[in-house]
Amino acid sequence: MAELPVTMSVNGERHRHIVEPRKTLADYLREDCALTGTHLGCEHGVCGACTVMLDGVAVRSCLMFAVQAEGAEVTTVEGLAKNGELTPVQEAFREEHGLQCGFCTPGFVVSVHAFLEDNPRPSRDEIVEALSGNLCRCTGYQGIIRAVERAATTMGGAT
Amino acid sequence: MATSGSILGNPVRRVEDPRILAGEAKYFDDLEPTGCAHVVFVRSTMAHAKITGVDIGEAASMPGVLAVHTKDTLALEPVAGMMAPPAFSRPPLADGVVRFVGDIIAVVVAETRAQAVDAAEMVVVDYDPLPVVVDAEAALKDGAPLLFPDHGSNVAVDFVTMGATADPTILDGAEVVVSGRFVNQRLAPVPMEPNGILVEPGDTVTITVPTQGPHGVRDPLAPVLGLEPDKVRVIAPAVGGGFGAKTGAYVEHIVAAVLAQQLGRPVKWTETRSENMVSMVHGRGQIQDVDLALTKDGMFQAVRCKVTQDAGAYSQIGAFLPFLTRTMAHGVYEFPKVELTAISAVTNTTPTGAYRGAGRPEAAAFLERIIDMAADEIGMDPIEIRKKNFIPPDKFPYSTTTFANYDVGEYAKSLDEAVRVAGYDQLRADQKARRESGDVKQLGIGVAAYVEITSGGMFQEFGSVEVKPDGSAVATVGTSAHGQGHETTFTMIVSDLLGIPMDKITLVQSDTAVVPRGSGTMGSRSLQIGGSAIYRASEGVLEKAKVLAAHLLEANVDDIVLHDGGKVGVAGVPASALTWGELAEAAEDASRRPDDWEGKLAAELDFNQGEATFPFGAHIAVVEVDMETGRVELIRHVAVDDCGKVLNPLIVQGQQHGGIAQGVAQAMYEGVVYDEDGNPLTANLMDYAMPSAAEFPSFEASNTETPTPLNPLGAKGIGESGTIGSTPAVQNAVVDALSHLGVRHLDMPFTSERVWRAIRDATPA
Repeated sequence: MAELPVTMSVNGERHRHIVEPRKTLADYLREDCALTGTHLGCEHGVCGACTVMLDGVAVRSCLMFAVQAEGAEVTTVEGLAKNGELTPVQEAFREEHGLQCGFCTPGFVVSVHAFLEDNPRPSRDEIVEALSGNLCRCTGYQGIIRAVERAATTMGGAT
Repeated sequence: MATSGSILGNPVRRVEDPRILAGEAKYFDDLEPTGCAHVVFVRSTMAHAKITGVDIGEAASMPGVLAVHTKDTLALEPVAGMMAPPAFSRPPLADGVVRFVGDIIAVVVAETRAQAVDAAEMVVVDYDPLPVVVDAEAALKDGAPLLFPDHGSNVAVDFVTMGATADPTILDGAEVVVSGRFVNQRLAPVPMEPNGILVEPGDTVTITVPTQGPHGVRDPLAPVLGLEPDKVRVIAPAVGGGFGAKTGAYVEHIVAAVLAQQLGRPVKWTETRSENMVSMVHGRGQIQDVDLALTKDGMFQAVRCKVTQDAGAYSQIGAFLPFLTRTMAHGVYEFPKVELTAISAVTNTTPTGAYRGAGRPEAAAFLERIIDMAADEIGMDPIEIRKKNFIPPDKFPYSTTTFANYDVGEYAKSLDEAVRVAGYDQLRADQKARRESGDVKQLGIGVAAYVEITSGGMFQEFGSVEVKPDGSAVATVGTSAHGQGHETTFTMIVSDLLGIPMDKITLVQSDTAVVPRGSGTMGSRSLQIGGSAIYRASEGVLEKAKVLAAHLLEANVDDIVLHDGGKVGVAGVPASALTWGELAEAAEDASRRPDDWEGKLAAELDFNQGEATFPFGAHIAVVEVDMETGRVELIRHVAVDDCGKVLNPLIVQGQQHGGIAQGVAQAMYEGVVYDEDGNPLTANLMDYAMPSAAEFPSFEASNTETPTPLNPLGAKGIGESGTIGSTPAVQNAVVDALSHLGVRHLDMPFTSERVWRAIRDATPA
């Protein structure tokens, strides 16, 4: 299969690889960039575990090809914490027990970062709506919803 | 323990979380050793067929392909099922016949996963279709298609002939008999991380696998590889959920391990979700014919349940689970007579196995449903009829006629609390008002009281604790966490007993090279058995520390105590007390320790609880049913679960919440569906209705604490309670919302169509 070069910025670092055009962004991040924090839970865009930010927008990296991200700025879960300091969103997930097995967690955390950037003071209904694109089998979502509420409060308090 | 100042009982944040949140936790598929080859399976697209030909020629010549095998070139022993007839054993690669969609016909190994997928698509299979049976009752009828004609029937396990005698007179003398036929539908476990395995051959074969118990993968794999167990190292890395389905060795694991050995290079299999939905075991799958005999004033006289269990195509643990349904068929009630008979049948579907609750939710479901039908029949409130028949607290320990020995129980305590939290009387008043006004949204209130069995049959676990000269401690345990937070809870226990800060304690688990024995995390056993092993080992270390301190301080051992701040010394003389580091150093110095001293400052043992514990609780669900569309909304869910002493309320509540969500999901949304040809219609997450955050209300979960006397922690299991209590509460609520129309029962899940039809059929034209 003919291969194509692709260049993108991932977590602030420039990555350039030659890939098959059919390679998904998720596989590219995991295999070519060795960033395995992005997980694959369904490979058909339902579970949201593979969510990353593409130019600031949350996308499912299993539903797009790596070559479509040419020139983009990609942020994965590994790119959120700075200097080993968890973000307020990550801290809130820990504080509110918003994770158990943790497999879905990177997708939730990235989705919530994107969501709170768009809507810093969400209502509970808006939070639930925003989370409904990610699936979790362990928590019953209770701790996750509380974590978003807490993160919104913390981040709102800081601005 | 749990004295003032104890860490136990506090909501301690999990130590596992930072690495998970940063994306640094490593799940098996995150590992890719140099030279790793990839396995992809060619699976049957037919539910039952003879294989008349498999052409692997083109696949074998594809780029990167290392090997393509069918059973002709990869001979593997069939895998016997639990308690099943030998004829029902499963050949890892199909031997002439496929028996469910997903059965494995061939396997491809290639340099990359993409190459393996490409090649697998080029394998051409010729099928000669056979008659299909997808329903367990149909499978037991005369003339049903037989999955294993040599055996002569589809019966996997017959619990009637296994000591569960049927008594034709059991309902004699009843004043009232209510009868029901309930379908406890088949579910998919759907851990967010699918199945898989990474096998690295060598002098010792290293296997990294998402499992709930690594020793339980090692023991069946070692003989297949022709190796002693100590030459097979099995590691459970970060594991993305299991819910009962990630236990033991799957046939896919066997194939991958053998291929790695043959090729002499690492081999990985990563299951896709659509593959997972047909190849990982399913749960539940019972049809229950139930009769309840009672007096007119609501005293239970007898209950009888005939279970038909769907075992799936190759009899595994699922075929055996009616045994647990029978164990818990007594529920929380004083039944003079209880009878549960069961037959498990093979069908042309995915094999069934353990899924959160595993046989116990099915018991609570039929009991709580038939009791509500009885309450309706005699015009009694569902709370009253339950309380009237509860086993009273002074009768514990209580031996049931179904061979369970309940440790402790205060069933009215949890139900009263649920009634209080729910505001039950007000809910009934609201319901009455809505009925009278003909509100389009009718209210339903569902009650369920349950008891379940935890750590049933697996009473023993390994635990050790060692204090190091730098003052840190290492605890090793035979259970293996896959999301339960054992690093947090178990280090809390060591910290509490030894006064060593949690951040200086490491938990070792999930690796057969460093954990000598272990059963794993299943049946809600880990804290009570594994945690108690750690507790006892910590006690052992403290005893040794006291002996050593007495020797070093030239004091009587009876005068030595653990001081605040984690030093060991003479009571009342904290200044001379020794740190854990000083003690561990002395323990390794022959000139400083007592002459009869043995080993390091460490203790190891196997804790054996000897019997199971029986957590209990009560759930109340409140639903709104739209009488025009049949849409059901769960608006409240109250759960009061009693798991004995709570060590970390954060984690206990997390287990409750997750359990409730899965139980509600069974009632409201989920169900594995096959068409009559055995094609799975729910084989991905678009078609299988696993709920999101938008489908649940806030859960109102709390606890009563009735400690068990069977272990030093007073703890009973909490992993499955939420699932067991919530399903019947929600089911009862939906039926309750429609009971004024004369509706007495509805099967799950409550799709709008099903509920709308029930309303239409019940409403006079």
